[in-house]
Amino acid sequence: MRLIAENLGGERGGETIFSGIGFVLEKGQALIVTGPNGAGKSTLLRVVAGLLPVAAGRLLIEGGAEDFPSVASACHYLGHQNAMKTALSVAENLRFWRDFSGADFLSAEQALAMVGLDGIGHLPFGYLSTGQRRRAAIAKLLVSRRPLWLLDEPTAGLDKASEERFGGLMREHCSEGGIIIAATHLPLGIEGAQGLAMGEAV
Amino acid sequence: MWSLFLRDIRLSIRAGGGALTGVIFFLAVIATIPFGVGPDLNLLARIGPAILWIGALLACLLGLDRLFQADREDGSLDLLVLGDDRQMLALTVLTKCLAHWAGSVLPLVIAAPLLGLFMNMEPIGIGATALTLLVGTPAITFIGAAGAAVAVALPRGGLLISVLVLPLTIPVLIFGVSASYGAVANPDPFLQPFLILAALTLFLAVLGPVAAALALRHGTD
Repeated sequence: MRLIAENLGGERGGETIFSGIGFVLEKGQALIVTGPNGAGKSTLLRVVAGLLPVAAGRLLIEGGAEDFPSVASACHYLGHQNAMKTALSVAENLRFWRDFSGADFLSAEQALAMVGLDGIGHLPFGYLSTGQRRRAAIAKLLVSRRPLWLLDEPTAGLDKASEERFGGLMREHCSEGGIIIAATHLPLGIEGAQGLAMGEAV
Repeated sequence: MWSLFLRDIRLSIRAGGGALTGVIFFLAVIATIPFGVGPDLNLLARIGPAILWIGALLACLLGLDRLFQADREDGSLDLLVLGDDRQMLALTVLTKCLAHWAGSVLPLVIAAPLLGLFMNMEPIGIGATALTLLVGTPAITFIGAAGAAVAVALPRGGLLISVLVLPLTIPVLIFGVSASYGAVANPDPFLQPFLILAALTLFLAVLGPVAAALALRHGTD
């Protein structure tokens, strides 16, 4: 599998946020997107995911075969919000996304154990702290299998130990042939990741 | 899809879901009408079906703005839209509509016979009104979904949705009320308006979710 972006441009509300971004990611590679606030990191991730239209250039995925014909079907998108319902328990949330996303991978309990939240699956999501919420959202990446992870500031709110644990999960994902694109300000601990520095805000 | 339906039903029942808000609003509207109209029992019985329908229509519109907005606020909507390749977005919307209907509108239909007693309606009229509500209210939810999808990004979209959707619900209201009258007033037909009402619901069950899916797909930012 290979993800190719050529001369990619993105706009929001008719205003160009970035242009001329290009990268090629092979199986097992990661891309770390850095840049000041307003440089367009989140917009880039949303364009790649297909939530915003591609304003210029092109974006394609090769070798996805039948399972993953498009980028949207091949990706997990972890945005600023956690996409979990506060009124439901953590396990209910994860089970829902597992059923909805298809391509089952880990069970909700196993995924929670992977992020160090075992034993709290029965609590309503609204009772968790910011860092725990983020970790539960990361567990969402593990309940169904997707080769491409699009992570928008994935470690916001995480403590040191959780950051390292998440670094391990990302390394494992890459070694299994996955692709990661992460927008971040903090080092994520992925060796051999490509870097993409986005410029000042236009 | 079943899991999405269950999730939305659970959310509407649990705290903050607002499943009861519509019923209480419905109750408030119907309970105040006899005080306003006065103790003329014949008049109340005559306007009963129409008042029940108008009350139910307004109560339906009340909760519609949360249909997609709650999912947008916590980021779920992005993932629902991204899942389009596996779970067609129009079907996702249809499922959400059905869950919304079962969670917030079905209680109105169940409460309608009780409120019909307040209006001094005959048993057969009450039965006919409840039946037409059961068949007709899904249509309001389906139209409302399209309105809710258009207004999803607006912070105070509730009123806008009502204004957008209300004109489109008028045919549903007309045929629902005329079928209810047809059951009690002898020369008026019941079956014809009732079948048109059912046809409207089926038609909008297709059109509404497709329109809403289009609006959601192009409304992400």
